[in-house]
Amino acid sequence: MRKIDYTTFFFSFMGFFLFIFILIPILNLMLSSDPISIIHNLQDKEVMSSIFISIYSALIATLIALIFGVPFAYILARHDFKGKGFVESVVDIPVVIPHTVSGIALLLVFTSTGFLGEPLNRLGLVFTDAVPGIIIAMLFVSSSFVVNSAREGFENVDPRMEKVARTLGSGSLKTFFIITLPLVMRNIVVGSIMCWARAISEFGSIIILAYYPMTAPTLIYKRFIDFGLHNSTPVAVILISVCLLLFLVVRLVIGGWSAYDKN
Amino acid sequence: MIRIESLKKDWGEFKINNINLEINDNEYFVILGPSGSGKTMLLELIAGVYHPDSGKIYLNEKDITYMELEKRGVGVVYQDYMLFPHKTVFENISFGLEMRKTPKKRVESMVEDIMGMLGISHLKNRYPRTLSGGEKQRTSIARAIIVKPKLLLLDEPLSALDQEIREDLIKNIKEIHVKFQITMIHVTHNFDEALILSDRIAIMKKGTIAQVGDSVEIFRHPSTKFVAEFVGVENIFKGTAKKVDDGLTVVDTGNISIYSTQEREGSVHLTLRPEDISVSLDKVQTSAKNVFKGGIKEIIDKGAIIKLMIDIKEPLIVFLTRQSFLEMGLNIGKEVWIYFKATAVNTF
Repeated sequence: MRKIDYTTFFFSFMGFFLFIFILIPILNLMLSSDPISIIHNLQDKEVMSSIFISIYSALIATLIALIFGVPFAYILARHDFKGKGFVESVVDIPVVIPHTVSGIALLLVFTSTGFLGEPLNRLGLVFTDAVPGIIIAMLFVSSSFVVNSAREGFENVDPRMEKVARTLGSGSLKTFFIITLPLVMRNIVVGSIMCWARAISEFGSIIILAYYPMTAPTLIYKRFIDFGLHNSTPVAVILISVCLLLFLVVRLVIGGWSAYDKN
Repeated sequence: MIRIESLKKDWGEFKINNINLEINDNEYFVILGPSGSGKTMLLELIAGVYHPDSGKIYLNEKDITYMELEKRGVGVVYQDYMLFPHKTVFENISFGLEMRKTPKKRVESMVEDIMGMLGISHLKNRYPRTLSGGEKQRTSIARAIIVKPKLLLLDEPLSALDQEIREDLIKNIKEIHVKFQITMIHVTHNFDEALILSDRIAIMKKGTIAQVGDSVEIFRHPSTKFVAEFVGVENIFKGTAKKVDDGLTVVDTGNISIYSTQEREGSVHLTLRPEDISVSLDKVQTSAKNVFKGGIKEIIDKGAIIKLMIDIKEPLIVFLTRQSFLEMGLNIGKEVWIYFKATAVNTF
C-alpha cells in the first residue's frame, strides 16, 4: 500500500474544508430549486432577455479588453519605463475597490453631463440605463484579467526569439503576429474567459450605472427583494447552468491545443 | 568587411568600453573571454538587438549602427537555440525563405539540401521540444545560414553540448564556413573551439579588446599579463599532422617534426606543457619519442622556477627548478638536449 506522509494528509484535510465550503452552496442551489419553476422561468421573456444581455454585453466587454489590453500587456512585458509601477497599479485598481465605488466613479464621468458622457452623448452614445453603460461597467472591472494573463504569457516568450525572427527578415509587427502571438494564445484565451466570467457576474457597478436594461444578476436581485428567495432561485440556477455550460465548451475547445515548451 | 569604431555601451553589469575592430570578408573571427567580459553584449550590438550609447558599426562600408534588424543581413545563432516552438524543424529552417517570398519548390529543395548537409533530414516534421541539444543547434544553424547572411554571429553555440556532439558540430560549422563563404563572428570561452575554428582571435576583457591576432600570436605572444594568464598556454605550434604506424602521429610544423600519440590528420594545433619537458646537457638514452637540440635564448627568473626559452627551430618554453638550473650551470647561448614523450603532446 502506498504510504501518505502526514503533512500531505493534514494539508489535504484542511484544504478539503474550503473545497466543500464552496461546493455545498453551489450544489445545494442547483438541486434545491423546483424543476417545474425552472421550466416556467425558461419561458419567461424577462429572464431569458436578462441572461442574453449579460452574456452578450460581457462578450463585447471582453472583445474591447482584448483589442486594447493585448498591446498594453505586450508593452508592459517588454519595456521598462519611468512610472511603470504606477501604470501597473492603475490596471489593478478595479480589482481592489468596491464595485459600487466603481459604479459611482463611472457614473460621474459617463453621465450625460459628465466629462466623457457629454461629448459621447452628442454622438448618440448613451451610457446611463443603456447597454453601453453595462458594457463599460463590465470592462472597467474585468479588463485587468486580460492584461495580466497576456502579460504573463508575453514574459514567457524570450525576446531573443523575436530578435532571431527579425534577423531572418520578419518585421517587428509581423514577428508579433506569427511568432509571439501564437505562443501566447493560450494565456490570452484563459485571460479572456476569466474576463468574460467576471463581466457576467458583475453586479455592483451595473446597478448604479445601468439598472435597466436588466442583466441577470440585477434581475435575480430584483426578484429577491420583490418576491423573496423562492422566486429568485430558479433564475440563479438558469444563469449558473448557462455559464457552466459555456465554460465547459470553451475548456474543451482549448484543451485540444498543445502547450509549447520554451525551446 | 565589418568595421567597429569607438563602440560604447554602459549597461551597469555589462559594459562595452570603446571597442575598435575590423573583421575581413569570409573571416572566421572568434571572440574569446571570461564570462562577464561583454562578449555577448558586443555580439548583440552588432546584431542590432541593442543600440550602443555611441560609436559606429559598418558592414561593407554601410553604417548599420541603428539599422533595423531585418534589414541588416546579419544572422544569429544562440547557445539556447531560440527555435520557434510552434513550428517544425522544416518550418523553422524555411522561415527566412518564407519571409523573402521564395517560391515553394525552391524553398523545399534548399531546406532539403541544408538538412542533408547537417544530417537532420530525418527530423523534418518534428517539433523542437522533441529534439536533443545537438539536433536543436543544427536546426538553428540551418535556419540562420539558409538566407545566406552577410555576417553570421554565433553566441557560445557549442557550450551547452556534449564533447562528442561538439566535435561533430565544429566540423559542420567549418564546412559551412567554407561552402557558404559567410563572415562569422563566434563568441566563446572555450579555447579548443577558438583554436580549431578561428582565422583570428580577439581576447576580451571587461568590455575592451585586450588583443587581436591569429591563434599562434595570441597564445605565444600575449601582449598583456591578462591575456597571458587567461590563455595560460606556453608552448603552441601549428602544423600538419600525418598518421604513422602504431597509434602514432607526426606533426610537421615546417621546421621540426613532433610525435604525438593522439591520432590526427591534416592541419592541427599542438600544445605542450613546459613541466613535461626534460633538459639535459648530454644526449641520454630515453624512451621519449621527441628529442631535440637547441640553444638557450632567454632565461627568466621566476623565483623557485626558472623559465627558459630554447630555440629548437621553434621557440620552446621549459621550466626548471632553481636547483637543477644551478647544477647544470646553464646560461644564454648554451646548447642543451630536450626530451618529451609523445603522450605529453596535445593536438587539436
